[in-house]
Amino acid sequence: MAEITMTEALNKAIDEAMAVDDGVFCLGEDVAAKQGGGVFKITSGLTEKYGENRIRATPISETAIIGAAVGAALAGQRPIAEIMLMNFVGVCMDQIVNHAAKLRFMSGGQTPCPIVIRTTTGVGVGFGGQHSDMLEAWFAHVAGMHVVTPSNAADARGLMRSAIEANDPVVFIENILCYNLKSEDPGVDYRVPLGKASVPKEGSDISLITYGRTVLDALEVAGELEKEGISAEVVDLRTIAPYDEATVLASVRKTGRALTLHEAVRPFGTGAELAANIQEKCWGDLKGPVRRIGGTFAAVPFATHLEQAWIPTKGEIVEQIKASMGRD
Amino acid sequence: MAEIDRKKLLDIYTRTMKVNRTDEKFRELLMQGKVAVMYYCVRGQELVSAAAMAALEPEDYVVCTYRGQGEQTAKGIPMEKWWGECLGKATGTCKGKGGTMHITDPDTGIMVTTGVVGSGLPIANGLAMASQNNGDGKVTLVSFGDGAANIGGFHEAMNMAQLYKLPVIFLCQNNRYGEHTAYADHTDSPNIGSRAAAYGMKGGTVDGNDVNQIYPAMEEAVEHARSGKGPVLVEAMCYRMMGHFFGSDFSYMPEEHLAEMQAEDPLPKLRKVMLERQFTEEELDAVVAQIDADIDAAVRHALDAPLPDTDEIYKDVLEETA
Repeated sequence: MAEITMTEALNKAIDEAMAVDDGVFCLGEDVAAKQGGGVFKITSGLTEKYGENRIRATPISETAIIGAAVGAALAGQRPIAEIMLMNFVGVCMDQIVNHAAKLRFMSGGQTPCPIVIRTTTGVGVGFGGQHSDMLEAWFAHVAGMHVVTPSNAADARGLMRSAIEANDPVVFIENILCYNLKSEDPGVDYRVPLGKASVPKEGSDISLITYGRTVLDALEVAGELEKEGISAEVVDLRTIAPYDEATVLASVRKTGRALTLHEAVRPFGTGAELAANIQEKCWGDLKGPVRRIGGTFAAVPFATHLEQAWIPTKGEIVEQIKASMGRD
Repeated sequence: MAEIDRKKLLDIYTRTMKVNRTDEKFRELLMQGKVAVMYYCVRGQELVSAAAMAALEPEDYVVCTYRGQGEQTAKGIPMEKWWGECLGKATGTCKGKGGTMHITDPDTGIMVTTGVVGSGLPIANGLAMASQNNGDGKVTLVSFGDGAANIGGFHEAMNMAQLYKLPVIFLCQNNRYGEHTAYADHTDSPNIGSRAAAYGMKGGTVDGNDVNQIYPAMEEAVEHARSGKGPVLVEAMCYRMMGHFFGSDFSYMPEEHLAEMQAEDPLPKLRKVMLERQFTEEELDAVVAQIDADIDAAVRHALDAPLPDTDEIYKDVLEETA
């Protein structure tokens, strides 16, 4: 069976969608052939196939990029807008939050806004405080959009295809450290539905609820803890908002323990929302409080050892699981 | 410059008076306490909106602002739906969920009414980009005020529109005030129209109180954009003859400004042009009487219309909740 990287998976999903729907087009900084097909090569080779109107290299103008995507979507097209790095969403939040997310509702359903906002981020590559943050909670807090992040190449292919076909805005977060991960290629026209979590490892003692790159850490830790007789279940949300509540609650009801894990900082994060909801709905099934792990509440630092100290570690995951189990 | 033909002139007059009578009625209802909603008066800017909408085709796209009554009614949103929305009724364009600051009516090309200053320009580019991509021949007009010319999105949108030669018309209604701040207190350059040159764009400044200036300028801008030559910036000089929103204090406007404004009122000037072009007083009065009758009927309809169901708050959030 052939393998593909996440980079290839995203490229193929976009290519397939553009081939079948003339209304799908990409815009963003450096995305066209002349600029090398995007800094992470996600749109590589597509200008040659679809031309410069459908792979539009833009000026460094995030507000104009998202605004253009919103307008084109209102006119019936399906733009894929790239915001090169997630921190740059700070430049265009008005277009995302006040316009893309709200136009369906404020128009009484007349103007849905089907755009995909692709963006990259991730801690651990030495990019420092303004190029590394996971800001998913900012968007999860806004009604009217989906927030998605894949943890592996196959999901990336399927989620991207579904995101492009969705009739609402999707913030699609790609973790830099996941681009070269390989999966078995799920093949053409593969789709992973939005709003559906996966359970890459089943277990009976504790539910590790996570998404994106930290799914890898969770799986590694869960594998190691098997040797110590701890059976951890890993839930990969895949869609952060609106998330698959049924899968999360079913897992926690089964295991009776929950630990949320994300790279984003802990206060007011996705984990807080998950924990509150789990405690409201699974109180009688819980054997202890829901625990949360997240990044340190500070800007992401530059020096390698500081960055590694900032990020949630596998050691911290093991420690929290054992504490939750009443073991040391 | 060629004279505006009589049929078009009557069209502009009719649209202008529709905007004006709607504005008058709205203020009357607010004064009487029959409605209590945010309303941004367009008194003084009627002609600019009317001339701009008269230069467009019915299927062309428009993006406007909270002070968008002029574009909305002059483009032709059915009055019952327009009043329904302004009064928060189920019969409104947006089922009462948008309101005066967020009127949307794709059937008449009113695609977005934004409540955020300057946010319409980047969106207009996108509508125009879709037309450029699919070759539908439409143009997009975005209306905004002088205050919007100083927000970052203005610069980003102007540069991008010219870069791609998008079929978009940027209509800056320079009403001399950005909220409560006078033009000279927020901008030191003499006008907004000259900024077009900085982007390599066609553009300029025209008198928005003179139909013989503003309409030909709009017609030329629309023709330029539609022919694929790229965007145009039109700065229409006009006056906002009321405060920022209905009921707001406008004592900050100096007396000499108020006098200058009265002298330049576009309505008597337009009436004079109409008479010069052999329209009779009776004909013009009849146009206004018909508009008033239509507005009265629409207002009655809206006042009597049902409120939206409370469960509307759960609908139209995402497609799944539609």
